[in-house]
Amino acid sequence: MAEHTDTLVAEDHDHDHAHGYEAGWEGGKEKPFGAGYGKLMMWYFLLSDAFTFAGFLIAYGTLRFSSPSWPVPDTVFSTAPIGIHDMPLIFVTFMSFLLIISSGTMVRAVQEGARENKRGVVFWMLLTVLGGAGFLGCQAWEWNNLINVEHMTVTTNPFGTYTENGVYLDPETGERTDELVEEGETYLLHKAGASHGEGHEGEDHFEFSTTPGDYAGYTVDDDQFIHRKYITDAGETKTQAFGPTAFGALFFGITGFHGFHVFTGVIFLLIILINAGSGVYASRKNGYEMVEKIGLYWHFVDLVWVFVFLVFYLI
Amino acid sequence: MAGHLSYEDSKKAVWKGLGLLAAVTLAEVFLSLMKAAEWAEDIQWVFVLASLLIIILSVYKAYFIIYEFMHMGYEVKGLAMSVLLPMFLLVWALIAFFSEGSYWKDNRAEIEDRNQLEATPGVGAVITDEDFVVG
Repeated sequence: MAEHTDTLVAEDHDHDHAHGYEAGWEGGKEKPFGAGYGKLMMWYFLLSDAFTFAGFLIAYGTLRFSSPSWPVPDTVFSTAPIGIHDMPLIFVTFMSFLLIISSGTMVRAVQEGARENKRGVVFWMLLTVLGGAGFLGCQAWEWNNLINVEHMTVTTNPFGTYTENGVYLDPETGERTDELVEEGETYLLHKAGASHGEGHEGEDHFEFSTTPGDYAGYTVDDDQFIHRKYITDAGETKTQAFGPTAFGALFFGITGFHGFHVFTGVIFLLIILINAGSGVYASRKNGYEMVEKIGLYWHFVDLVWVFVFLVFYLI
Repeated sequence: MAGHLSYEDSKKAVWKGLGLLAAVTLAEVFLSLMKAAEWAEDIQWVFVLASLLIIILSVYKAYFIIYEFMHMGYEVKGLAMSVLLPMFLLVWALIAFFSEGSYWKDNRAEIEDRNQLEATPGVGAVITDEDFVVG
């Protein structure tokens, strides 16, 4: 320990020794719960972080309960890269697997650390970093698709859900069609003149006007969103509405906060990976406890994803 | 997973654990797709039962990650309790906030209903052009 610290506590020095204390980052010789200081504090940090996430997820639940309708995840999350459409939850299941597998490789890194096997630690941590980076890449694709292709933002949610049964009106003539409107079905409001990434490009279909206004079978709002008109079974003519605004804000807020945890996790894994490789922890002879600590954090990120996956995608 | 098993066994346990988590995740996705399928859409109990099962499976995954991967099962009991018991505070938060959420929903529905009501004019409530004729 630095001499500086010793001078500061010089008066109590003998007293401390009598009780088996020593000033230092390890927190002394007493080990509450038989765990190192850093490991114990990592657990309590994770506890506080769990409360933060719980706060966000409970807010999500509360707002969802308070809305008359909520976008159906199977409809919202049904696209994947390389032009895959109408495949609900496939992409996000792949993302979950990446995180779960990286959790497994992290356990292996900790095990090799306990055996003081430097090469093993570096190898398995490298795989863990790759898993985390892969997850972040997938999330970037997902966000880009939602924002730039489907036009969902923090304040605009084009995923609406019908609360009544009925039939669509023909966009051109405004007459009833055979196209059914089903209660509980989620639709995506498209932007006039824009590709919407649903794989129907090039098909022969009606050209919606790009000028805002009220037309026979649809309206175009100032942001160019097309709202089709439909007639309910009760005989009322309605226009497709936006979905609950909170959906976009909650989705980007919570998955963003989780993604930020993954990002910092990858950074810290890299730092500890480099330290382990250069022999910093080998000289400590404590079974690579630092790898164990970052391992706890990494498993926690996986643990939070279990619940984010649950509320946003599964239910 | 170390310290109570041989090195070889604990290596195997990791891959077994991974397989278990992957299988549970696949089961969850299957249930989720099933409850949204065409035939199940209008059957309320299928939705409730599938959702309940998915929640239970997720809690099991959380338990497994904490106890095996994070090694909580092999720590001193006091450590486990001091981290896990505070989480039970959230049970009340869940109940309180979710019931508050449903209350907002009912309120919105009621406001919607009242907005639909035809206003029934009371005495002197109807203002006609004649009211503005002076003298």
